[in-house]
Amino acid sequence: MSISQTSAIAPGRAKAALGALRKVAASFAVILTTLLGLLVITFVVGRMVPADPVIAVIGDQADHETYERVYKEMGLDQPLYVQFATYLGNVAHLDFGQSHVTKNAVSSDLARVFPATLELATLATLIGAGFGIPLGIISAVRKGTWVDHLARIVGLLGHSTPIFWLGTIVILVFYAKFGLIPGSGRLDVYNEGLVDGPTHSILVDAVLAGEWEVFGDALLHVAAPALILGYAAMAYLSRMSRSFMLEQLRQEYVLTAKAKGLGQRAIVWRHAFRNIRVQLLTIVALAYCGLLDGTVLIETVFAWPGLGQYLTSALFFADMNAVLGSVLLIGIISIAINLLSDLTYRFLDPRTR
Amino acid sequence: MRQARLHKAYVLWLSLIANPLAFAGFLVVVGLVLVATFAPLLANHDPILQDLTMALKPPSAVNWFGTDEFGRDVYSRLVYGARTTLYISVLVTVIVAPIGFAIGATAGYLGGWVDVVLMRITDIFLSFPSLVLALAFSAALGPGIENAVIAIALTVWPPIARLARAETLTFRAADFVVAAELQGAGMGRILFRHIVPLCAPSIIIRLTLNMSSVILTAAGLGFLGLGAQPPMPEWGAMAASGRQYLLDAWWLTTVPGIAILLVSLAFNLLGDGLRDIMDPRNA
Amino acid sequence: MPEQTKPILSVKNMSVQFPSLSGVVSAVRNLSFEVGREKVGIIGESGSGKSTTGRAIMRLQPATARVVADEMRFEDVDLLTASEAEMRAIRGSRISMILQDPKYSLNPVMTVGEQIAETVILHERLGRKAARERTLAMLERVNIRDPQRVFNLYPHEVSGGMGQRIMISMMLISSPSLIIADEPTSALDVTVRQQVLSILDDLISERNIGLIFISHDLNLVKSFCDRVIIMYAGRIVETIDASKLDQATHPYTRGLLEALPSLDHPRDRLEVLKRQASWAEA
Repeated sequence: MSISQTSAIAPGRAKAALGALRKVAASFAVILTTLLGLLVITFVVGRMVPADPVIAVIGDQADHETYERVYKEMGLDQPLYVQFATYLGNVAHLDFGQSHVTKNAVSSDLARVFPATLELATLATLIGAGFGIPLGIISAVRKGTWVDHLARIVGLLGHSTPIFWLGTIVILVFYAKFGLIPGSGRLDVYNEGLVDGPTHSILVDAVLAGEWEVFGDALLHVAAPALILGYAAMAYLSRMSRSFMLEQLRQEYVLTAKAKGLGQRAIVWRHAFRNIRVQLLTIVALAYCGLLDGTVLIETVFAWPGLGQYLTSALFFADMNAVLGSVLLIGIISIAINLLSDLTYRFLDPRTR
Repeated sequence: MRQARLHKAYVLWLSLIANPLAFAGFLVVVGLVLVATFAPLLANHDPILQDLTMALKPPSAVNWFGTDEFGRDVYSRLVYGARTTLYISVLVTVIVAPIGFAIGATAGYLGGWVDVVLMRITDIFLSFPSLVLALAFSAALGPGIENAVIAIALTVWPPIARLARAETLTFRAADFVVAAELQGAGMGRILFRHIVPLCAPSIIIRLTLNMSSVILTAAGLGFLGLGAQPPMPEWGAMAASGRQYLLDAWWLTTVPGIAILLVSLAFNLLGDGLRDIMDPRNA
Repeated sequence: MPEQTKPILSVKNMSVQFPSLSGVVSAVRNLSFEVGREKVGIIGESGSGKSTTGRAIMRLQPATARVVADEMRFEDVDLLTASEAEMRAIRGSRISMILQDPKYSLNPVMTVGEQIAETVILHERLGRKAARERTLAMLERVNIRDPQRVFNLYPHEVSGGMGQRIMISMMLISSPSLIIADEPTSALDVTVRQQVLSILDDLISERNIGLIFISHDLNLVKSFCDRVIIMYAGRIVETIDASKLDQATHPYTRGLLEALPSLDHPRDRLEVLKRQASWAEA
């Protein structure tokens, strides 16, 4: 019996490796179609705008001839599929057109504002995962106790609170009434421009440059928006990790572990937690994508000079190139994060390796 | 059959009463419907009429929740705002439920390339953060409450479609479906006569849980000026306009925000309770 | 042989109760039995309380259940009053349990070697290296040819028969004196069953320890065990030497025997088991 097993496993491994390769290839194909779909959506949205794109460029005072010329220049006389192909080509060259408001190329605007959002969203995800996952696991282990009920209420509140409103109230109380936090921006004026490091994350750059005062100021600025976003992420992550952990604690291998004499801590953290690592990674990735939503609102409230604020001010001025560029960037980030979590999944879970 | 359903509804009702949090959520939702229905009776001022002499008055016996920058009564606007909230959430649900079901059930029932194509499209919509997608659509469609409804609906259907597909797949090979096929029933008939009643409970739960995110997205759009347009009372827009007067008139932002929080929490509690009742494993 | 007759486990009047909305439901009622250095089979239909009994002995009953008894003694330990910490020190080191299906009872994301070694690291405070040596030796002992390779495999990479041998190594590596095997072969192919059973048999007799063998398979228990406890609806209806099973007197046992097909006495029609409410009362 054991002989036949030994010989059967070796070719099985090769087959498994080939299968894994095929799966990775398949997930890349999925990513490509999703990306294409994304571009179709932004393209269609761009064509749906009721305002005339030509007038947006030349203004409504221009004469008929100029109008015709620009109309042709913009390729609007071409059939839709040609326009779409041109659009694809432009996007491939990172050309999202020009912003009517800032008069810059949208791509350079995005490159300027994105690091601020990245810093905020990453910090919020860390806060959300750092509190949410342990909270969810503890409430699964202590199911039905006051810890569980408390976690449930905290989580449901986090799910139900309008994030822009919470931000406003925090500003009202902690900035306006008590003066504990700065009300807006990433830094106080006198600290601006002191660090200009490689990462464009002020927190990291300040540490690299050894500018501790700037670091403290930046931390104070980012604290309120990051905590509010982190709370929303925590609400989601704690609920999900609770149900993942409950699912594992019902498994038979947990009984085996108990029969071996392991204590609860070893069972939860060494055995069950290892089984939900991969799922947790997936939902942290999802939470990160969801936070990009939250940043749009919270950046507006806290005047945080990031992608969200750029997007909302572009919306306000009907600056369609900027809007579509921002939306596309957010979509691409979401896809990239999902791809990353998918690949890590294959690496971490022995059953899919 | 009807009696069995009646009995099931009765059992559901009993379990709902036994779950105090879910029941509280249920009461708030019923309260929302009542307030929206009887808004003209409950309001003590005209929600739209401006009176600049009365601007930014703090809460008092006359104006229970104060007045806004145009001298309009915040309480009355809040009451009428319930209509807007209910209008958006009901309309989104009415649009999304059949579309999501049709797409998901068709994919699950037919399988093959239809399934692949439909689910690919669903995933594309799912890969966008929902508020950003809604923003993009309402920017393209222009501001307004109907456009906000369409934009939100476009972001809500994918999870429903996924759920409907998963449910359909579990019933696809069931004997009673095969039996109906052998009797010559067409796809439409099978989906509507056999699959719909089976999928309905889980889809209803998901829609209830979704309701809070619909309300929050609607409020977010209103906050950014893309939802209901003035002077129509909408809670998100009310909270947004109050931000300019934050220091002088705290009630302008606080009150509508609490209303949004309360209603959204109620739907979450109700949906959570319903799920616990239907699927007790997570309770 | 006084050593041989002194029981390892003695249980008197044990009941396992599940409080529910409509009163207390007892899955097991007034069970009394002893286990010495022998192989005791517990046999019964599904729902007769045999698995619950095995778990209650290790105090691994579900959180909602309550175990009451006049006495539950394992060697020098009073299982009724032992603290949870004392129980943890006993589980896996002095009483072990083998579960039904290695597909579910092994942790899918830990290598099998790691899972076996965990037991000795826990109970004997061995270092990683020493634990690895012990694990490899134990794997060899259950007739695994290439222990070095198997050590690093994940549970989904081994067959059911090998999985169950891994389970046996994990549960016997710390030399317990009582093994509870809960349907250890019912998830396996018929061809591998005998092999796993003979490994288990060797280890039990070599170490001279006790085994509680929970099963629904009367033929298997008859040939494998020394004594058989027959359970019905949470009660013991009869306890009998395996060799004398054919002379059993209780109507339920007779019914079970007569419902079995036999090559020696072929019959056109097998008896249908007839149940009587009185068996559940007794």
